[in-house]
Amino acid sequence: MDNVVEILLILISTIFVTNFVLARFLGICPFLGVSSRIETSIGMGMAVIFVITLAALSAWLIDKFVLIPFDLVYLRTIVFILVIASLVQFVEMVIRKTSPALYNALGIFLPLITTNCAVLAVALLVVQKEMDLFPMLFFAVGASTGFTVALILMAGIREHTVHARIPKVLQGTPISLITAGLMALSFLGFAGLVRM
Amino acid sequence: MADSDVTSSEIVELQPVSGTSWLNLREVSGDFARGLWEEIPLFRLVLGTCPTLAVTTSATNGVGMGIATTFVLVASNIMISLLRKIIPDMIRIPAFIIVIASFVTIVDLMMAAFTPELHHALGIFIPLIVVNCIVLARAEAFASKNGPLRSTADGLGMGLGFTMVLILLGTLREILGNGTWFGIPALTGVMGLFNYEYQPMIVMVLPPGAFIGLGLFVALANKIEEKRKGKK
Repeated sequence: MDNVVEILLILISTIFVTNFVLARFLGICPFLGVSSRIETSIGMGMAVIFVITLAALSAWLIDKFVLIPFDLVYLRTIVFILVIASLVQFVEMVIRKTSPALYNALGIFLPLITTNCAVLAVALLVVQKEMDLFPMLFFAVGASTGFTVALILMAGIREHTVHARIPKVLQGTPISLITAGLMALSFLGFAGLVRM
Repeated sequence: MADSDVTSSEIVELQPVSGTSWLNLREVSGDFARGLWEEIPLFRLVLGTCPTLAVTTSATNGVGMGIATTFVLVASNIMISLLRKIIPDMIRIPAFIIVIASFVTIVDLMMAAFTPELHHALGIFIPLIVVNCIVLARAEAFASKNGPLRSTADGLGMGLGFTMVLILLGTLREILGNGTWFGIPALTGVMGLFNYEYQPMIVMVLPPGAFIGLGLFVALANKIEEKRKGKK
């Protein structure tokens, strides 16, 4: 029972309270870049959930069984970014061979994910906080779901602001940033819901 | 000196009047100045937004992050520009990432040793300089095609342009959100002289203030650019 409560707390806190995009400022580039239509943002979100979970798992395993035993902890950044880059390539190849339908849906987003700082951040956070296997997995799933939720909400808003009459200097990036600011303001309402 | 030979031949090709000198000051200063306004990373290209929004709760943090990023930019630009003939084209992106990650690790360890407080305040965003799009973008777009001297100027210009925006945003957020500037009680002090008590706008140091502040700055930059274009 305790475990279930803990897992629920991790999920709620990562999705809503410390939302990766709106409270921690991770993954802003794709958040602003790929949020103009709801369908593409769902595709991007699914790809991110998939890659972040896999990346966090492999980073955790490498850290536990290679870096810590050999006293190479200072190489974390270099090793993790290489793992993520090759993992993304590998996932792309596997999906292309096994499921063309999935590849059509996620394929174009995969190369973009390497430079999504949320992926490296999750990998670094789970090893810095020295999480156990299952909390770590749910942390990764929650963090990436939080990213996806924010991305889809943003896409929904932007589909409407396209038709709005926005002052010329605010068009494009500025209005997206201000919209994100208002979303962050509403997400502040979740603060204090869970103490982690 | 193979690199300088290439640079000189390029310069001669581009500007035949400039004579034989391989050190073309005008070109180098042009590379430097471009990062400061024309292609200023945060306003024109909107790259590297994550660390900008996250660390600018105070002007001091902005300076720290700016210097760290500038160092990585300059160092990786020089290294990549020196290695640009050796790195095969097929694997250039992974090679660039390794070079960048090595310099980021150096900065990370140096800051942990010499400025532990700043290191703690910036936290996870120091290792995340690796995935700051500005660094990889400059490596790919500039350093892999130009000599070390021009690449240094380019990295320095881009880094300073980035730092400038960080300081601007950090200043705005710290003054409005906390009443201080670089830790000095600027607004609270001035208002205290007139016997007013300043109520900090907490929202500016919280996440929404970062998004809205940067959004307004980008809008301001657009406005200035529009005016400049209009004059021409």
